Amino acid sequence: MHGFANPARFLRLARWILPLLLVPGLLLSLGAVAWGVAYAPPDHLMGVTVKILFIHVPCVWLGMAGWTTIAISSIVELVWRHPLAAIAARAAAVPGAVFTALGLITGSIWGRPTWGTWWVWDGRLTSFLVLLFLYFGYIALADAAARDGGNGGRIPAIFGLVGAINIPIINRSVVWWNSLHQPPSITMGKSAIDGTYLWPLLLGALGFSLIFGAVVMARMRMILADIQTEARLRRKAQG
Amino acid sequence: MIAKATETNGMHERLDQWNFVWAALGFGVVGTLTMVGWSLLAMIRAERRRDRVRRK
Repeated sequence: MHGFANPARFLRLARWILPLLLVPGLLLSLGAVAWGVAYAPPDHLMGVTVKILFIHVPCVWLGMAGWTTIAISSIVELVWRHPLAAIAARAAAVPGAVFTALGLITGSIWGRPTWGTWWVWDGRLTSFLVLLFLYFGYIALADAAARDGGNGGRIPAIFGLVGAINIPIINRSVVWWNSLHQPPSITMGKSAIDGTYLWPLLLGALGFSLIFGAVVMARMRMILADIQTEARLRRKAQG
Repeated sequence: MIAKATETNGMHERLDQWNFVWAALGFGVVGTLTMVGWSLLAMIRAERRRDRVRRK
C-alpha cells in the first residue's frame, strides 16, 4: 500500500483511472435508471413510485459508503500515517454529503405518495439526517485542518472514526425501532426484491459507485494540486 | 406537484405518482451530474494553477 504513498505515482495512476471509472459509471447509472423507469412494472402496493428506488437506493448506499471511506482512510492515516489517506478522506466527504442529501430528498419525495407524509422522525430518517450533519462537521474540520497544516489532520481523522458509529445505527435502525420505513430488502446473499427490479437496481448501484470513485479521484487530484501549488508559492516566498 | 389534489374526500387523495417519480429522478440525476461537473472543473482549475505557478 505504501507503494502508492508517492503523490507523483498516484497522480500518474489517477490520470487514466478517472476516465475508466467515469465513462462506464455514467453509462451504467443512466442506462439502469432509464431501464427501470421504462420497463420495470408498477408495484402492486407502491404503484409507479417504485421507480424512485432506482435513484434513491444507490444515493443512500453511497451516502453510507462515503462515510465508510472516511472511517477506513482515518484508520490508515492514524495507524500508518499514509500521506494520501487524509486526502482520500477529504475527497470522499463532498460526494458522500451530496449523495446523502440526494438520498434524503428522493426518499422524502417517495414518502409523500407512499406514506402520506414528506418526513417522519423515526430511527432511519433521523439517523440519516444526522449523517448529513456529520458530513458538514467533517468538511468544516478537514478544511480548517488543511489551512492550518501541521498535525491538525488527526482531529478530522478522529472525528471520522467516532462518526462511523452512526453507520451501523442507520443500517439496523429499521430492525431496532418501529418505523414507516420497510425492513432491509437486501441482506448478505439474500434479496426480497423480484429480479425485474433487482437487476436495474444493482446495475444502477454499480454505476453510481463508479461515479463516486471518479469524483473521489478528481477531488484527490484537486487537493494534491492545491498542496503542490501552496508548497511552491511558500518556497518562492522564502527565496 | 400534488396533481388533482382537489379530488380529495376524507381519507383519500388522488396524486399523480408520475410527478413524484420525475421530481425524484430530476433531483437525483441533475444533482449527480452537477457534482461530477463541479469536481472535474475544480480539478482542472487547480491543476492549471499549479502548472502556471511551476512555469513562473
